[in-house]
Amino acid sequence: MLTKRIIPCLDIKDGRTVKGVNFEQIRDAGDPIELGALYASQGADELVFLDITATVEKRKTLSELVNKIAHRINIPFTVGGGIKTEEDVRILLQNGADKISINTAAFMDPSTISRFAKNFGSQCVVLAIDAKCEADNHWYVYLNGGRTKTDKLVTDWAKEAVDLGVGEILLTSMNHDGTKQGFALDITAELAENLPVPIIASGGGGTEAHFLDVFTKGKADAALAASIFHYKEVAIPDLKQYLFNKGIPIRL
Amino acid sequence: MNVTIIQYNAGNIQSVLYALERIGVTAVVTDDAAMIQAADKVIFPGVGEASTAMSYLKARNLDQLIVTLKQPVLGICLGMQLMCQHSAENDTPCLGIFEEQVLSFKAKEASTKIPQIGWNTISNLKTDLFKGIPENSFTYFVHGYYAGIGENTISTTNYIQEYSSALNKNNFYGVQFHPEKSAKVGEQIIQNFLEIKS
Repeated sequence: MLTKRIIPCLDIKDGRTVKGVNFEQIRDAGDPIELGALYASQGADELVFLDITATVEKRKTLSELVNKIAHRINIPFTVGGGIKTEEDVRILLQNGADKISINTAAFMDPSTISRFAKNFGSQCVVLAIDAKCEADNHWYVYLNGGRTKTDKLVTDWAKEAVDLGVGEILLTSMNHDGTKQGFALDITAELAENLPVPIIASGGGGTEAHFLDVFTKGKADAALAASIFHYKEVAIPDLKQYLFNKGIPIRL
Repeated sequence: MNVTIIQYNAGNIQSVLYALERIGVTAVVTDDAAMIQAADKVIFPGVGEASTAMSYLKARNLDQLIVTLKQPVLGICLGMQLMCQHSAENDTPCLGIFEEQVLSFKAKEASTKIPQIGWNTISNLKTDLFKGIPENSFTYFVHGYYAGIGENTISTTNYIQEYSSALNKNNFYGVQFHPEKSAKVGEQIIQNFLEIKS
């Protein structure tokens, strides 16, 4: 049976992991390769590396980092941050990334999605959506790392993007992100039940029970989190054993 | 040992190369017929679309070369599918090594995810390719088309229905999953392939 995926996310700035980490086993807590390798050995199903500098001059640093990650990591990984052109994608894939994640650039020019899907295959095109539930009780798409509101509904944008060829959707709830109060179950389920691509839920995971909820009530195909893994608030092996015991299909 | 990866317009060549490096094997990536024929082991990778890949192989006569190889050959993902008789992906005649046909996953409901993306189990394991691999081990899959079950099936997986997750005929092996991305299990399968005698 196809299993639900647990995906740690590493934020990268200038080639280093940004958020502090707290692992004795790691010689250099700022080294994303070490941290990624540790998570892979603990049973992470995939990894996401998000480059939050993503300026043109730093792109070379990123491709070199991706190359080092690909040499070391024996599970799939996605790279995101500032990807705009086919050349950006080609460099990352040639250096060993399995998938790339796009966000603002895809919204500004949706043909980006169809071009990437045609040239590299839908399976390696992940659309990241930063979503916020407004006072009118509707979920809207935000851009530029959550700084810019749009008038587009998340459900509309997700459907449009699937029709253009994205292979997966990484949905982050801005309302829930950082709260550790649980994932956004309603919007996650709405996308998961109506779209033919996997939905990766992100934002709000704080306890093992939150992950159980996002897979059962939220119908998510995968769940992503960052700091709770970095700070060892939730350990990946414990989380996966817990979910397995609750009857969720999980790779142990 | 001389391990050669067939170079064509496939997406995962680098990943296969790095996976081999992690187990201490340096492979050559080439589309040169003489070098491929001289190899001890040949890996035929593949992420992409069937008709485009077959056209590319034909334009370089690699289609005729692959079927005549005598050493162990391992097709991965699209590579395995191209070794079957025919693919439903753009109605593409394939290399015809394995007896099986490649069909398209059909969604049962709006929430059925196609392609299959993620970790699934491999079962009913046969041949030395799976030596030491426990039944129902997890491997990583990304695919929208699948090979049916037939006489060449050496592993089965269930997604929407039961299908072949690995095939074998004579010196030819194929796996639908990505051993190069399947953690320790994948590394063992690659190691097993490298140990298969010619």
